[in-house]
Amino acid sequence: MRSRIFLLLLLPALLGYSASLFAQTPASPLAAQAPATQAQIAQLQQAVQNAQSAGDNAWMLVSAALVLLMTGPGLALFYGGLVRKKNILGTMMQSFAMMGLVTVIWAVVGYSLAFGHGNGFIGGFEHLFLRGVGLTPNADYAPTIPEQTYMIYQLMFAIITPALITGAFAERMKFSSMAVFLSAWSLLVYSPMAHMVWGVGGLLNSAGGRFPSLDFAGGTVVHVTSGVSALVTCLYLGKRIGYPHTNMPPHSMVLSFIGACLLWVGWFGFNAGSALGASSLATSAFVNTHFAAAAAAISWSIAEWIHNGKPTALGAISGAVAGLVAITPASGFVQPMAALAIGLFAGLVCFFMVFMVKSFFGYDDSLDAFGVHGAGGTLGALLTGLFATRLINPAFGKDAPTGALDGHWGQLFNQSAGVAIAWAISIAGTLVLLFLVDKTMGLRLSAEEENAGLDLSQHNEEGYDLNS
Amino acid sequence: MLKIEAILQPSKLDAVKDALLEAGIEGMTILEARGHGRQKGHTEFYRGREYTVDLLPKVKIEVVVTDDMKEKAIAAIGSAARTGRIGDGKIFVSRIEEAIRIRNDERGETAL
Repeated sequence: MRSRIFLLLLLPALLGYSASLFAQTPASPLAAQAPATQAQIAQLQQAVQNAQSAGDNAWMLVSAALVLLMTGPGLALFYGGLVRKKNILGTMMQSFAMMGLVTVIWAVVGYSLAFGHGNGFIGGFEHLFLRGVGLTPNADYAPTIPEQTYMIYQLMFAIITPALITGAFAERMKFSSMAVFLSAWSLLVYSPMAHMVWGVGGLLNSAGGRFPSLDFAGGTVVHVTSGVSALVTCLYLGKRIGYPHTNMPPHSMVLSFIGACLLWVGWFGFNAGSALGASSLATSAFVNTHFAAAAAAISWSIAEWIHNGKPTALGAISGAVAGLVAITPASGFVQPMAALAIGLFAGLVCFFMVFMVKSFFGYDDSLDAFGVHGAGGTLGALLTGLFATRLINPAFGKDAPTGALDGHWGQLFNQSAGVAIAWAISIAGTLVLLFLVDKTMGLRLSAEEENAGLDLSQHNEEGYDLNS
Repeated sequence: MLKIEAILQPSKLDAVKDALLEAGIEGMTILEARGHGRQKGHTEFYRGREYTVDLLPKVKIEVVVTDDMKEKAIAAIGSAARTGRIGDGKIFVSRIEEAIRIRNDERGETAL
């Protein structure tokens, strides 16, 4: 569609060029109106398509790199700073391991299960070993970029999602069990959920699904699944030894600070990249992403200031991440003022989850993966149904209202269906996997290993050796 | 000979060091230390959880001086380190039996 408009704009220029050629001969003025030949038009159309493809591909490759930046170093530093120093390498390795493991799984079967043609719940096996995933576009998903660009971009999402869960079981799971658990999780929970929301024929696909839910960049696919699975995991695994009576403060707020800021920057690739091209929709998502992060950083800080007397650095960066999580599903559907509102809510709700709800129930979601990603993702998915507007993204066709405030109140139900399914598949899939891994390999470190820390007990290394 | 040990706020180290040099005391040893006095540390908040940090970072400075320098050294340390608030630190004085310069085996006050 856009390429045709571009073509229309270019046509006068072409005609003007041919007119100037004719002007040198004393022909009748009518000759200047001679239409371009079919061949010329086709050539031009191809040139325009190539130009758009080049622009879109450039943005999408950069976006893919930005999303990887969120996992390592972003999340690795953010989580790494929040644990005690004897666990920093082990914690960072959990994120890094996903960069290796999920990549291989994705290439072999994960991409196919997420984006192949299957049924409403899961993709098929036609792209096993990336068969048929080449350098030409796949019109089902992104018609202007090579399918391998789309595949590698989606891979970066598949990497960060299980890495987010590691925050809930920090400092106490065996590395081997973690690797098996999260690898299997990416197939049993992530791929089906991605298929349901984004895959052709998916149950929740906004274009023709049974419950057409709006999830621009993965509020349900990434954040609800990881956040809810995080809660299940920390409940299953139990608390860290000594929690909550022993002091377990973050060992380096500086690392966490850098990590959170890298997450913020990387999130532009995550959300604006989900436009799947260098379009005005990408701009919209970019602006919304930034606005929500800023608003949530402020609202969390104010809440903490009132509640505890001082605004903390950890509060400010946690608020920003909460805002980024909540805007993720909405980023390509809402207007900037709605993004500010979503951020504002997200900061307050996630603050409440982390400060009040966690201590009330006493679970050890060590780095607040559920409080931020589970709660923020759920909130964001629901608010998307409230604030989405056809003015930004006519997702349901021209002139069809999208969100509730746009006149489509039924969308709140569709969003709730998406959230409910994400919760259900996360709880069920995670429980099954935890049970299987626990019975075969054992999940938890021995008390001795836990006291020694992940770095020494799991990797025979130390993060800091300042005497050498 | 006397050993004067002072436990200080880390931020006061430079001022105390300069005051000692000005008082004519040239040798000193600085140790990074952790500890608490009657105030028992402070509390920190991370995501609403309160942590008590009872061992705070301190600096310990040690000088060995001749007996007649005692009051001068104490005055130099005290005036440079004092803020008047809790946590300013303490000074301890103890007697030293012998001092030996390793390089040439000098003994006593000449070794200082």
